[in-house]
Amino acid sequence: MFYRTSGQFKTTYESDQALFPIKQDMVLLVVILAAMYVVFPMFASEFTYKALLVPVLIYSLASLGLNILTGYAGQLSLGTAGFMGVGAYACYKITTIFPEMNIIVALFLSGFFSAAVGVAFGLPSLRIKGFYLAIATLASQFFLVWLFEKWAWLYNYNASGAIEVRTMDIFGLVVTGPNASPMVQYYFVLGIVSVVTFAMINLTRGRYGRTWKAVRDMDIAAELVGINLMRAKLSAFAVSSYIVGIAGALMVFFWKGAAEPNLFDIPMSFQIVFIAIIGGLGSVMGNFLGAILIVALPVVLNLLPEMLGLSIGSATMEHVNVMVVGSLIIMFLIVEPHGLARFWALIREKLIIWPFPH
Amino acid sequence: MTVMDPTLEEVKKRAEEREVLLDLENVSLSFGGVKAITNISFNIKKGEIRAIIGPNGAGKTSMLNVINGFYQPQEGVITFNGEKRKSMKPHLAVSQGIARTFQNVALFKGMSTLDNIMAGRATRMKRNMFWQMLYWGPAQQEEIEHRKKVEEIIDFLEIQHIRRTPVGTLPYGLQKRVELARALAMEPELLLLDEPMAGMNLEEKEDMSRFILDVNDQLGTTIALIEHDMGVVMDLSDRVVVLDYGRKIADGVPEEVQSNPEVIDAYLGVSH
Repeated sequence: MFYRTSGQFKTTYESDQALFPIKQDMVLLVVILAAMYVVFPMFASEFTYKALLVPVLIYSLASLGLNILTGYAGQLSLGTAGFMGVGAYACYKITTIFPEMNIIVALFLSGFFSAAVGVAFGLPSLRIKGFYLAIATLASQFFLVWLFEKWAWLYNYNASGAIEVRTMDIFGLVVTGPNASPMVQYYFVLGIVSVVTFAMINLTRGRYGRTWKAVRDMDIAAELVGINLMRAKLSAFAVSSYIVGIAGALMVFFWKGAAEPNLFDIPMSFQIVFIAIIGGLGSVMGNFLGAILIVALPVVLNLLPEMLGLSIGSATMEHVNVMVVGSLIIMFLIVEPHGLARFWALIREKLIIWPFPH
Repeated sequence: MTVMDPTLEEVKKRAEEREVLLDLENVSLSFGGVKAITNISFNIKKGEIRAIIGPNGAGKTSMLNVINGFYQPQEGVITFNGEKRKSMKPHLAVSQGIARTFQNVALFKGMSTLDNIMAGRATRMKRNMFWQMLYWGPAQQEEIEHRKKVEEIIDFLEIQHIRRTPVGTLPYGLQKRVELARALAMEPELLLLDEPMAGMNLEEKEDMSRFILDVNDQLGTTIALIEHDMGVVMDLSDRVVVLDYGRKIADGVPEEVQSNPEVIDAYLGVSH
């Protein structure tokens, strides 16, 4: 009923190819954006920012990066956290070498470093596919974490071996370091995530998206359609690693404030792979749904007994949490193996034709 | 008054008059010790429908793979459009004007019909990544320009109703048609069809035959096709080349080939 499309006629290809061919989708997005930009900041506490909103956004961005590579171009990767590390360390070095540089510029520059590293580790993809490629990217994961530990220049020869973010400002507004307000940081992250997401929606529905999906679905046919496989695969690695790198830099600069090399170890890579799979491979929106399920749900579940007035020890709660989230993941994968994004697509389709079954 | 079928001489004369588009001279291809193609020469002329036939394993598909650069022949000279070909990469075949379809449907299963056909125009789209990210101005114009061309092909092949359907869910006959649409989207000069009618029922075969003739007739595309249905081959094609065990055993207009004793032997077997 709410999704009825009757009366919405397309008279030009322009309107048929618009971002939202159905008006209701646009309304829904405006509501979500209004909630993100206006409603949440009105009620959010420091805890909500630090534990819920900012992490969900950053993980969504990292998963979006991985999704470009795995979901769209079909190249399995287990090295996401390593590339996030490259972005974070690059941003750290850029801001130490050029202390005057605007943090936004430094952030977008650091993405190029992770893109370059991503392309280098993507070279094996020209010869190997599937699980074998996943193992090759796993090697990059080990190598990069080792590099972050051993190359002291990267962390400015700190005795602790960690990188710490100093206070930086944009036109007088403190955005990083211990003194930054969580709300400012939230807006900053939200802005960057919005811009990158918009760009990726456009990229994936245009020529690049079709090229990547063609390589994913059948590489031999793609080649005979005139697609240069090498260029398609490496551009996917570059774009993916660029976004992942920015996500890594955001994570350290606008959320954690400091980072040790082992932050970028395998568990985080797997977590991002889970977000992408549960959210839905080959979808932009799925990353956000997946991040909400995997990053935000445990936090909310932890708070639940307290809100209900139950006294459960935090250690017990931790176990219950793992069990609940784990079974939810299994349930979602059984109900809809193509992820939450497909789940939503089916619901939307049903709503459009409601009350008729076909 | 009925229209008379042209006589054999007339058909031959018509074939003679056409310009050569693709010329293969003494082409040989082997994989290690296995000889797939041995010393084959034939040509394809502009505007004709050229059939390549032969029993299973005769080297027909290998021949197509050689033509579009998927395999490199060890020996022989290939001349396309008057230019001698040196080395060749499959993704370059399209920019030279060669498109093909596959024996087993090779569509991009996760994409819609429209996207599949649009993918066929990937090499013709030039806007860089920056414009694409904005999806505005030049990038949008380019997208719409190509969409128009694609819609023409969709109209031509009568697949408007499945525009938005993911091709993985389509019935086999329609998938074959979408594959033809994707090949046409590349606007080829030479279209290679590898068993366009395999596994189809009679009605689908008739539809496909009609589309092939229309493509040849209205778009002026030269077509080389491999097909096992002899009725279809003899009706559609202007000239036929017959392969057996990697060798050419006959070449000519359908009537000639049909009556060639070697061809009959190859198909029916012969007692030694």
